[in-house]
Amino acid sequence: MTDRKPDTGAFFTRDRTWHPPAYTPDYKTSVLRSPRRALLALDGTLSEITGPVFGHAILGELDNDLIHNFARPGESAIGERIIVHGRVLDESGRAVPGALIEVWQANAGGRYRHKKEGYLAALDSNFGGCGRCITDENGSYRFRTVKPGPYPWPNGPNDWRPAHIHFSVFGHGFSQRLITQMYFEGDPLIWRCPIVRTIPDRRAVELLIAPLDMANTIPMDARAYKFDIVLRGRRSTLFENRLDGN
Amino acid sequence: MTQDLTYLKETASQTAGPYVHIGLTPNASGITGVYPADLGSAMVNDRTRGTRITIRGRVVDGGGASLRDGLVEIWQADANGLYNSPGEQRGRADPDFTGWGRCACDGDDGEFVFHTIKPGRVPFKDGRLMAPHITFWIVARGINLGLHTRMYFPEEAQANTEDPLLLRIEHRDRVATLIAQADGNDSYRFDIHLQGERETVFLDI
Ligand SMILES: [Fe+3]
Repeated sequence: MTDRKPDTGAFFTRDRTWHPPAYTPDYKTSVLRSPRRALLALDGTLSEITGPVFGHAILGELDNDLIHNFARPGESAIGERIIVHGRVLDESGRAVPGALIEVWQANAGGRYRHKKEGYLAALDSNFGGCGRCITDENGSYRFRTVKPGPYPWPNGPNDWRPAHIHFSVFGHGFSQRLITQMYFEGDPLIWRCPIVRTIPDRRAVELLIAPLDMANTIPMDARAYKFDIVLRGRRSTLFENRLDGN
Repeated sequence: MTQDLTYLKETASQTAGPYVHIGLTPNASGITGVYPADLGSAMVNDRTRGTRITIRGRVVDGGGASLRDGLVEIWQADANGLYNSPGEQRGRADPDFTGWGRCACDGDDGEFVFHTIKPGRVPFKDGRLMAPHITFWIVARGINLGLHTRMYFPEEAQANTEDPLLLRIEHRDRVATLIAQADGNDSYRFDIHLQGERETVFLDI
């Protein structure tokens, strides 16, 4: 717990030119799943400014350790051992403590543990592929996993996803809700990927690529990658009209 | 020259992809033993105050098919119109109601279901009361940025006609896309249409 007062301001307007548009025909599934009408714009009300909170009490000991959280006792997942860590900040640069981060990924061979997954790469009986953690008072998080493999997917005739970890993030308000993907420095598949290329601005893509972080690498054990996440910022309520009858 | 505005850019969204259930509802997707239960699967307990309701629905694409790989989250006030959130300054919400639910669309028929309570009314910024409503957030393969919308209640005709959000919908025939259908006692159906004639009104909030 901190003494910081809860934030109650509305969020900064989302820059929708920075995010991928809904309709991106080179990513074929978006064609039938993209709304075509204009969105109804609204400054956030209490229904979006508020949001659920998740206490550290929900976390099990191995929730942030994908190498071991599905493995048989004494065994571990196969693959390159890595640590992924970083901070969750808002657009004003302030730390976001208490943010819930949930991740999922393919195993080291590029195979997901899912009954509809048909890639011929082998399953790893010691790897489930999900993990979670909550940011500390400085907005920092970390988890341990194996580096996921790239995998082919049915889109164009020969499309491959770069190695990636899916991230779901809860900040302090429901309109901050975000799902994204983290990529790995140096992967030549990144710039060929139709999903990556749904993002119009190259700089926005670069911010999804985690650099190798030798400073935080544990010698003889695991390399580290650093991935910072930015959620929508919040206006100050200092000069906002107070609600009547409140 | 001026000083720089030093704001950071929000991390860009990427689709949740076809395997979002592995990460967000692992137990429902067959990955058991990692988490004791899927987050958001239980919104109420025996002590929760308010009228119990059930909401069922599907997310439908532009070809009329129900999404089977989608995921829906909801967020709502308690029976008195208070949010179970640190940002709630008007009072203390029912501690036996989380206000937040998450459900994977069914792998066969695409149906989602929430067992919750009917929310009370919440004030808009200017103090007018909004009609009872539930905030929805939808992600799936092919959806590049999560979609926000709201569900309103069919028996609240008067409150709905005064609702500040519903009043802002320019094409009045589209208001109906945000109003659930009664489906038996305290049970509702709310289908979300991503495209087409009945495209749901989605929000930029
Ligand atoms: Fe993936």
